[in-house]
Amino acid sequence: MSIPAAVKDRQAAKGAAMAAASRESARRFWRIRSFCRNHAAVTAAVFLALVGLAVIFAPWLSGHGPDDADNLARLAPVGTPGYLLGTDQQGRDMLVRLLYGGRVSLLVGIVPVLVAGAVGLALGLVAGYTRGFVDQVIMRCLDVVFAFPIVLLAIAIAGAMQAGMETEIISITVILIPYFARLARTATEGVAPMPFIEAARAAGGSPATIMLRYVLPNVFSPVVVYATTLMGIIIVVGSGLSFLGLGVQPPAADWGGMVADGRVVLRRAPHVTVEPGLVILAVSLAFNFLGDGIRDALDPRTIRR
Amino acid sequence: MNVVSHKAGEITLQVRGLTTRFGTPARGATVVDGVDLALRRGRTTALVGESGSGKSATALSIMGLIEPPGRIIAGEVLLDGEDLLKLDEREMTKVRGRRIGMIFQDPLTSLNPALSIGQQIAETILAHQDVSEAEAKQRAVELLTHVGVIDAARRVNDYPHHFSGGMRQRVLIATAISCQPQIIIADEPTTALDVTVQAKILRLLHDLQQEMHASLLLITHDLGVVASMADEVLVMYAGRIVERADVDSLFHRPRHPYTKALLACMAGIEDDRSRPLEPIEGTAPDLTDPPPGCRFAPRCPVAEDRCRKQDPRLLAASDSHAVACLLAQAGPAHG
Repeated sequence: MSIPAAVKDRQAAKGAAMAAASRESARRFWRIRSFCRNHAAVTAAVFLALVGLAVIFAPWLSGHGPDDADNLARLAPVGTPGYLLGTDQQGRDMLVRLLYGGRVSLLVGIVPVLVAGAVGLALGLVAGYTRGFVDQVIMRCLDVVFAFPIVLLAIAIAGAMQAGMETEIISITVILIPYFARLARTATEGVAPMPFIEAARAAGGSPATIMLRYVLPNVFSPVVVYATTLMGIIIVVGSGLSFLGLGVQPPAADWGGMVADGRVVLRRAPHVTVEPGLVILAVSLAFNFLGDGIRDALDPRTIRR
Repeated sequence: MNVVSHKAGEITLQVRGLTTRFGTPARGATVVDGVDLALRRGRTTALVGESGSGKSATALSIMGLIEPPGRIIAGEVLLDGEDLLKLDEREMTKVRGRRIGMIFQDPLTSLNPALSIGQQIAETILAHQDVSEAEAKQRAVELLTHVGVIDAARRVNDYPHHFSGGMRQRVLIATAISCQPQIIIADEPTTALDVTVQAKILRLLHDLQQEMHASLLLITHDLGVVASMADEVLVMYAGRIVERADVDSLFHRPRHPYTKALLACMAGIEDDRSRPLEPIEGTAPDLTDPPPGCRFAPRCPVAEDRCRKQDPRLLAASDSHAVACLLAQAGPAHG
């Protein structure tokens, strides 16, 4: 340090900097506070946490397994003693099946979105920031993936591997990467010409620093919001793949599979279809509200001082 | 910093024949055309000209920040005898921010809205110095205090949108000086600010420059700023330096018709109100197809036939005064 006046300030500044550090943790706390002010987001987060805990602890919560059929109580209506949410056409407990189905549906809804989100974000960031040759190579490769219908690609992957949840997760991940990459690239293109990027370069920032510290925080929120929106949709897509026999195999079923099973008895016992449908709806909505809350909490412009 | 060992006035940055072109060889514009300039320790050099005259392009060329389709096609930028144009991007990254600090025109958009200002200043320090994050943060507080941000220890965690334009420019200045650069380039640092704030920012820049014993390249179109800040003035027109003089000579004895016209455009407080402001007729030439001969000839009130044929060179009229005008070079100093 050679600015003479600043040398004098040094001792004072040292104490001040320590105070500043504790204030920064206070700022982080404020970020959480600002999230907590959003009641819809908090409700959604609590709801998703409860659903998550319920499906994780499903074996401890239920007296019997998801495939245990009670032949004497087929299509029992909601509220039947012993079967809170009724039974399906094989006499299996709907509540238990919903809990076990949630294990598959939540994994399929969350894991591919997280993985594809991270990979797509990285690719889009590099493509959008570097432009030129690297950009062309990345985006044209992703266009190839884009060109395949999701089901066709899933069939191809399932054919090469084995049908099951892993296949489902891998194929959905592959499908989603180009979507995230395009979003991230477009957002990066919007940020890259901003004067603060040039200023960061003029201050000696390396391309990696600029991408991670200057571009990424500014493209993060649209990607997070997109991701949470997708989680609901992907639960449905995953169900579709299961229905085609590419995902979990009967007798196991995810929520979408349960909807599909119920369609046969829709008129006689609508609860078999409606219950998993409502669960999908509620979980999808919750992810959306959560996404809005996260976006607002991440945006420094909404932090109160 | 061993300030004492350096002599004031010695050349820190020497630019020779800098030529930057946008577009292809067949179709394009040479926006910086054979620019020579020298920055001196502890001195302020002002680069003056209209919008589009190549002032900012000159600064970006020195910083190595010209992006395709732009390209530096000739010249050298010597910093302590080392040609920056020969450095690769990696080496240049070490020069930017460390040896040359730059301040941009628009403080509202030159800060990253997603990082706290403390993080942004620390980022620059961490890029160039081997210090811990906590030390960098502490330096940021010191720097902010130094550039006149009140209660810096608290404000270091604030985000850019919490600051006014003038305060943001102070933050940018703090970033630019964070690594003690020998050279500071300020590209229209006060254009986006209102007048009272302008004066404060200019004052701060001047004080810091004196204190750090740095060279300041001040890019501006405001002759008032030039008069109050500069030691030496370079007047730029259509990509070329047309006049170079110390600040007194330039204001009292301008030699290039363009400089005279610029001065005539300027309203002075003690001016007779009946004296009309004289705008310069015509517009700056299209650089994709510059006129032959002197580039100012089409707008020049005193141009002769030879001005439209022969290209004037920047020739020294005296030690401290050089002009690129056939008429000024031929005739006695007038005006």
